[in-house]
Formats: sequence, structure tokens, C-alpha cells
Amino acid sequence: MPPSWNILDFEKPIAELDEQIAEIKRLTAESGEDRTEDILALETDRDRLIEQIFANLSAWDKTLLARHPKRPYTLDYVRTIFDDYTELHGDRLFADDPAMVGGIATLDHRQVMFVGQQKGRDIKERGYRNFGSAKPEGYRKALRLMKLAEKFHRPVICFVDTPAADVNVGAEQRGISGAIARNMMEMATLKTPVVVVVIGEGGSGGAIGIALGDRVLMLEHSIYAVIPPEGFAAIVWKDAARGKDGAEVMKVTSEGGRELGLVDEVVKEPLGGAHRNMDLAARNLKAALVKHIDELLEVPIPELLDTRYKKFRGMGAYSEKMI
Amino acid sequence: MTPAPWFGRRAKAARKTARQSVDALPDGLWTKCPQCSEILFNKELLKNMRVCNKCGYHYILGAAERIESIVDDGAFEEMDANLATVNVLEFDEYEPKLAKWRAKTGMEEAIITGVGEIDGRSVVLGVLDFHFWAGTMGGVVGERVVRAMEFAIQNDMPVIMFIASGGIRVTEGLPGLMQMAKTSAACAKLHEAGIPYIVVLTDNSLAGVLASYGSLGDFTISEPGLLTGLTADRVAKQAQVVNVPDNFRRAEFALQNGHIDRIVPRKDLKPTLIKLLAFCREQEDNEDAA
Ligand SMILES: [Zn+2]
Repeated sequence: MPPSWNILDFEKPIAELDEQIAEIKRLTAESGEDRTEDILALETDRDRLIEQIFANLSAWDKTLLARHPKRPYTLDYVRTIFDDYTELHGDRLFADDPAMVGGIATLDHRQVMFVGQQKGRDIKERGYRNFGSAKPEGYRKALRLMKLAEKFHRPVICFVDTPAADVNVGAEQRGISGAIARNMMEMATLKTPVVVVVIGEGGSGGAIGIALGDRVLMLEHSIYAVIPPEGFAAIVWKDAARGKDGAEVMKVTSEGGRELGLVDEVVKEPLGGAHRNMDLAARNLKAALVKHIDELLEVPIPELLDTRYKKFRGMGAYSEKMI
Repeated sequence: MTPAPWFGRRAKAARKTARQSVDALPDGLWTKCPQCSEILFNKELLKNMRVCNKCGYHYILGAAERIESIVDDGAFEEMDANLATVNVLEFDEYEPKLAKWRAKTGMEEAIITGVGEIDGRSVVLGVLDFHFWAGTMGGVVGERVVRAMEFAIQNDMPVIMFIASGGIRVTEGLPGLMQMAKTSAACAKLHEAGIPYIVVLTDNSLAGVLASYGSLGDFTISEPGLLTGLTADRVAKQAQVVNVPDNFRRAEFALQNGHIDRIVPRKDLKPTLIKLLAFCREQEDNEDAA
């Protein structure tokens, strides 16, 4: 693999400066010469460059960022955000699905239930995690854990990061459509607060199967879409190569989600994207989670459910003609 | 709800469209069955509810024809006909596409909802039309489905939803996807209220519509042979699966794997619905007695 396999095209100038800075630091360490000022100047240049580049990213660039091979995945955040996380496995019906993880966690002093899709970092783990595409047993595990949260009055946190649900033979045999549908129906009336965060790819039905909550957040450089941009292009223009246009039309970015009125808050990422400063990304996300969960815990359950229903009841566009 | 009489102007237009689509069959008089290649006399095909009398192939029925085949003597009142489509993404190719489907079908949108009489009982119906933009669900379809369910709750009527859809209308983007959440949430309300809910899968029953209100019925019945699944691909892409079942993503596959209650041929559909509704009615009578 070439050294730049995990650097996006628009990141290349940034990577070059990163390399220069690293080189100077290395030389400094060897020679003992003080070049702090040079380094600071270069770092300032680099940050200004990042700002410039990121101010002009297209929806397609954001799509690539959301799928960035170095982007933090669900468990990367889990390890940083929660003081304690005890994973719980299995749907009690068929299997444990490594593409959907979940368990009990502590967010400072708060006990929460966590569920989310998990992608794999290297080739082996990617296979193990099925590229973050959960099977029916994954959605059923998620629902089982959410029902436990309801029983014990603990809030639920869902992290969405999936290209799509699994649609292979086994998934269809075990009822992937029904599993996604049931999750949404149950989440609509789950008697405990639910906070959803799209952290990477919010892919279609695979995403919405764990994304019906009181609050829906997106990380700044995540995407949320009814179909991958390439799929949109294939359907609409019979040309999958026009994914760039598809991303634009569908407004897949966090800004798009806000503009369409479907996303409650966009959580800022560190300069250059979450993968450039994992800890800061996690701190930002944690602050947002704490804020929303504490707000929601104050709301009486009947009011919470009524508001949640109305939130999703009101989504979608139509007009009413006078007859 | 704004009821519109089924025998009104719109209804006439819909029935005309249904007739036109018959006239549009190849050669006017004859049709070749896509499954068994039998040459079928169109009048016979219509009399047989568009089912091949040789192999049992079920042609796709339009919403108007479907409603006529299910309700008693055309007893149907459309609701929410005034809901109109919005180009929510402000995509410049959306309006021309919409216009094309409207011209092709004479319909305004992909679903007709309303109240029909089945065996003398008032039932809320939602019938997707695959001929209109592949029956895709966008804002109007989602809203009509939810309003129909809410009407059923308010008026204590059972709900029957006919699925005929390729999934979510992708040109409505994320708001389109949210129709899955919206209709599934409405199903939760339906069940909470104890309203009987029957889903009838017809060709095609796919993706986001199947994976939302299409999978949440008390009873789920299906016409034979139809295509159903989270995607439409009948060839599995994963390399390690050597044995893709012959009936992969067909109604028979769904039955075999436990996702539907029964496969019901078209001619038996209404009698089956009457039986299921009668089962639900008994429970209501008991409640009344208590
Ligand atoms: Zn035939």
C-alpha cells in the first residue's frame, strides 16, 4: 500500500506541511538546535491552509471525510467518552453481530445504555465488522439493549456509522426489513430519553434503524442520506460515477441536515476533521451528549414521548391544496 | 381528512387511466404472459383480475383497479386528495420527473388512501400504485399513510395497507428517508390503540416501504411470486454464498423464512381479508360487552 492510501486528495497539501513539521522536529531532536519558532510558523501556515481548504469542501469531499480510513469509529469514541463501558452481546435469538455493538456505560456519573454500528480499521477487522453493515441480529440486539434501558430508566445513546444495512442472503432470510421496521416502531415509544449521533456515515435504512430519538445530532463532517451518493447517481442519471453531484443534490452534509430541519445540532470537529485530533473530537461530542441527556432527563416521560412523536410526525414535505 | 367521493371527477379520471392501461397492453387485444409466454386475450385477463390463467402470473395492479377489486361495489371515499407533492430538495430534475409520472398514470401521487366498505364494514385503505414512480414513498405518501392511520384510530376502523413500492423516493433525500420513521411511529400508535392492521404485499414490496409500515402489520399476506426484500437484487453479491435460493426475494422465500402469514392468490384476497377482519371484529364485540 502506498504511504498516502489514507490521505484524501484535498488533504495532500496539509500532509506535506505535516511532514515538513515532523521532519524539522526530528532534526531538532537529533541536533539539539532550537527551531521552535520555525515550527510554530509552519504550524500556523498549516492551520490557515486547513481552514482555507475546509471552508470550501464540497458535499462529496465531506462524503470522503465521513468515510475517511483514519476517521474515529464508534468504539474509539466510546473508550474516550465513557468512564466505563461494559459490552453486552447477542440478540438472544440467533447470534451476536460484531457490526452492532452495545453495552452499559457511565457518562460521568450517569448510567447510560449505548448502541452503535462499528466499522473495522484493518482488512481483518473490516471483515469481522462487516464494514459496519449490521444484520437483523444486530438490530435486534440494539433493540434488546434499548428495552433494558427502558426497564431501568436509563437514557440511550446511539452512534450511527454505517454505509447500509446488510442485504445478503442470510440477512434477508432472518428478516432485515422487519428488524429495522420494528426498531423504529419501538424507539418511537421507548419510555426513556434517546440521543442519536451520526458520527460518520448515516446510510439509509441501516442508519434509521437505530436513529429515531429525542435528539438527532451529526458530527460536523458526517453524512446522512437516503442512499449513498453513488447509488443516487446510478438511479437518477444511470451513472454511478456522478456521486459528487448526487451528494450535492441530496444535501448529505451536516449543514444539509440542519437546513432540512432534521438535525438538532451539529457537533464541531477539530480543525481538519475528527481524525486529526481524536481526543478533542471526543471531548466535543461528550459535552454535547451531557447537555442533551441532562435536558432530556428533566422532561416527564409522557411529554418526552409526545414531543418525540411530533418531531418525526412532522418530517417530510407536502403542501395542502384548497379544493 | 377531506373525503372525496370515489365516483367523483378524480375517480373517473383514475378509472379512465385504469382502462387506458388495459388498452395499452401490446396489440390491444392480446398479451403475452411474461412468465409462461402464453398468449392471453386481454378481456379474459381482465376478467381474471390480471392473473395469467395458465401459469398464475400476477400482473401488477394499479391502485384504482386494486381498490375496485377489494371494496363492495365501488364503495370507497378517498381522503387527503388535497395533499400535494413538494420538491423538498429543490432539485431541478424533480418537477419534470413528477410531471412525467403524472402524465403517464393520470395520478397525482403514488398512493390512494381512503375509507372503503369490505363485506359491509368500513375499513381504512392505503393502496400504493407501482406504475406511479415505482410506488416510491416521499412526503405525500408518508403523510397520507400517517393520516389514514390516525383517522382509523379516531374512528375505530381497521387499516389495510397494500404495498407496491420500490422503496423511498431518493429524489426526496433525507426527508424521504424520514418517512420510514414517521410511518413506523404511526404504526406504534395504531397498535397502542388496538386497531387491526393488515399488510398486503403486492409486486414489488421493497426497501424502505417494506422496512417500515410494510413490516409492522398484525397480519401480513402476500400475492404469489412477487419481489420482496430490502433491495431488489436477486443475485447475491457475497462470494462465499454458493447457494442462493432459487426463490430468493420472492414471496415464497418470505413465507419459507417466516416473514409473512400466507401467500394468497388474487382471487382469494378479498375473502381472506374478510376472514381476518372478522377475527378482529370479535375482539371488539367482546370489549363492547364488557
Ligand atoms: Zn403465464
